[in-house]
Amino acid sequence: MPVPILKQGHYLVASIQDALSDGEVLELQENLLKQIGDFRARGIIVDVTAMDVIDSFASRSLRTVALTTRLRGAEMVIVGIQPDVASAMVQFGLLMDDINTALNLEEGLEFLDRWTAERADADGG
Amino acid sequence: MSFWIVGPPKEQTPMGDEVLVAISSDMDVVRARQTGRSMATQVGLSRSEATLLATAISEVARNIVEYVGEGQILLCTVNLNGMEGIKVVATDSGPGIENVATALQDGESSGGRLGLGLPGARRLMDEFHMVSKVGEGTTVTMTKWKGPGRG
Repeated sequence: MPVPILKQGHYLVASIQDALSDGEVLELQENLLKQIGDFRARGIIVDVTAMDVIDSFASRSLRTVALTTRLRGAEMVIVGIQPDVASAMVQFGLLMDDINTALNLEEGLEFLDRWTAERADADGG
Repeated sequence: MSFWIVGPPKEQTPMGDEVLVAISSDMDVVRARQTGRSMATQVGLSRSEATLLATAISEVARNIVEYVGEGQILLCTVNLNGMEGIKVVATDSGPGIENVATALQDGESSGGRLGLGLPGARRLMDEFHMVSKVGEGTTVTMTKWKGPGRG
């Protein structure tokens, strides 16, 4: 089942519903990168609350979307990494130093609001 | 080249529960790690331990799909001196790995990718053995034990 991507204002919200196969991760990656152009989105939120594991493949794919999004002039934030998944990522050695994360959807939206406001200020000044 | 990386496996008593998962696609990778997680929960591993196990299974299963195409993963509950855990035996009949020690180093990958998979999986598990023969295949055997203090 493809991951639903909802448009919310200037943002895209991808809400992962279940464990994802590698193929589904790649499909999500492709859809997000396409839709960011189609909708002229300023930000992407990927909600990974339902992901059972974030292994090397998933983390590399998420990072790719985040960095590509940035190159296209928008910003991505990952929300909902579960505590057990987070500690497994650290023990594994999967670092996401340059990627934005937030606790949940609400805080992810706040992050993007701040980011777009700061950018508007910078553009205006 | 064929040797045990962490020494020979300890004597473990199988507790009877065994599940064999055939691996040939990315959906099988998900099935293997979910089966492992559910067996871990039944044996009493914590949610965190089960996630470490599931993540390691995901990596070794993906290696099979990516580098060999097909293989199998045997999951079984094990008991050692009253300690319970889950043992994972991932087997393929692929080309094998010439240098197992190198394959387990961070950053090493014959597929030209990041090469985090095997060394990462090793860090998540309590025991990790890998044996490979060129032309015959590779077997990864790894175990996650229930942590202390949870009877």
